[in-house]
Amino acid sequence: MSVDLATVKRVARLARIAVTDEEAVKMEGELNTILGFVEQLNEVDVSGVETMTSVMPMDMKKRPDIVTDGGKAADIVANAPATEENYFLVPKVVE
Amino acid sequence: MSVLTSLTIAQAREKLQKKEITSAELTDAYLGAIMAANQTLNAYVAVTADIAQEGARRSDEKLAKGQGGALEGIPLGIKDLFGTEDVHTQACSHILDGFKPRYESTVTANLWADGAVMLGKLNMDEFAMGSSNETSYYGAVTNPWRAKNDDKPLVPGGSSGGSATAVAAHLCAGATATDTGGSIRQPAAFTGTVGIKPTYGRCSRWGVVAFASSLDQAGPITRDVRDAAIMLKSMASVDPKDTTSVDLPVPDYEAAIGQSVKGMKIGIPKEYRMEGMSAEIEALWDKGIAWLKDAGAEIVEISLPHTHYALPAYYIVAPAEASSNLARYDGVRYGLRVPGRDITDMYEKTRAAGFGAEVKRRIMIGTYVLSSGYYDAYYLRAQKVRTLIKRDFENVFHAGVDAILTPATPSAAFGINDQEMAADPVKMYLNDIFTVTVNMAGLPGIAVPAGLDSNGLPLGLQLIGKPFDEETLFRAGHVIEQAAGRFQPDPWW
Repeated sequence: MSVDLATVKRVARLARIAVTDEEAVKMEGELNTILGFVEQLNEVDVSGVETMTSVMPMDMKKRPDIVTDGGKAADIVANAPATEENYFLVPKVVE
Repeated sequence: MSVLTSLTIAQAREKLQKKEITSAELTDAYLGAIMAANQTLNAYVAVTADIAQEGARRSDEKLAKGQGGALEGIPLGIKDLFGTEDVHTQACSHILDGFKPRYESTVTANLWADGAVMLGKLNMDEFAMGSSNETSYYGAVTNPWRAKNDDKPLVPGGSSGGSATAVAAHLCAGATATDTGGSIRQPAAFTGTVGIKPTYGRCSRWGVVAFASSLDQAGPITRDVRDAAIMLKSMASVDPKDTTSVDLPVPDYEAAIGQSVKGMKIGIPKEYRMEGMSAEIEALWDKGIAWLKDAGAEIVEISLPHTHYALPAYYIVAPAEASSNLARYDGVRYGLRVPGRDITDMYEKTRAAGFGAEVKRRIMIGTYVLSSGYYDAYYLRAQKVRTLIKRDFENVFHAGVDAILTPATPSAAFGINDQEMAADPVKMYLNDIFTVTVNMAGLPGIAVPAGLDSNGLPLGLQLIGKPFDEETLFRAGHVIEQAAGRFQPDPWW
């Protein structure tokens, strides 16, 4: 499978990365090189093979449903580019 | 290089305990070496001199009273991927501009609890995506090794290139690193240092910036095998904050050093003898086989039939997980924000300006293979191939093989700004051909320096072990180290 320019632009939109036309053309070539490389996986017979979900066989650890941490609103927003009274500020999303 | 900075962790530990030296002296010697070398080598992206000196002072107080942890007073460098409280943590990306976490990663917290001293944060490929350390926002790292009669700057490998250079050039006693497809072992091989990626689940991933969560593991890069055992003992732990951290006690890895490999069965996978393999790599591999045989190990040829498919499967699984993990960098909660006309425009502009070309490439691949209609053909198939790769290893271990010996990399270090690699991303990816299978199967792997090529550049061998059997790797790795000797670059920087 390979991607065309329109697909590159659609994927960039899905990934929320702005690309110029020039960048999209460059990416088209690079992505097709990589997709061409991974194409060889089609040679492998995977019928009846289980999908890997956990590389080490272990049960998912579950923690007790109790409060162990919190009250750190100021720490959580400390690195944000724009905040007000411990809220993250974003451009207006609702008119 | 001063005498103090030439001490290994084990040697410094002994001198500190005997009070022949102080941590303050040792730390100042390293800070001085960093000051003198960093302009040239670019190994550190942040030097934490005040934290280092304060840590050394506290360690000296403890040492004076005969107290202290396993790494008391030992100065270490920390890869920029580890969250360090109130200290530069950017995964060497522009998108984490100014980020200083309000928490400490479990691995670094373990090191500080054992008395280690932080010298600073080490350069790396952006978000650990790269094999040459050239994708860093902070620029390339220079390998302290150069070819004979040649001043051309070489890469230290990646993604833990800053860690490998800092250890090889004696700018820290040891360094933390991480490995998703070879990022500890390949730079270790390129710089004549030792690097171990432990079993998936051995070191906590909590507080480490995520790249591909099912593959990422932390480990040390050090000057010799013993130091790697010492550091891994402190880094590893059982951590309730990481659900993939495994509930197994951490053994005393150092006790494995010097134990015999007599009767051990070492597998030599025929699929790793690849077409077009350089004669030098092949000769190095044969030397490694001979050393282990001489030490009493039994050598057996084995087959890992799906080896060839590990790298293509990795380049689906890793980008897919990366595209998901890196979705959090949106200009809202931390780091860079580029204003836009609405919120989507802000996201798109922020991510366009904040991520470098390689990171964008992988996010794009990951987004594509996970997108509607392609998920089964790419991601699901790759995860099935991964099951087959793991099964190959299980079969040989089940047949009695204790460890597997392979080359660490297909070549020695290459030049900075290599045009062939720049033109074709897949060519760069092939650096990880011998290491990536280990991540896909979650196994431990160690790279040990084994010789120099005809240009005088270091080459390494890799040992792959059973899950949670790092001790066998330290044992066999030490045998290789004893036979091969240690390799140090002549200081020119």
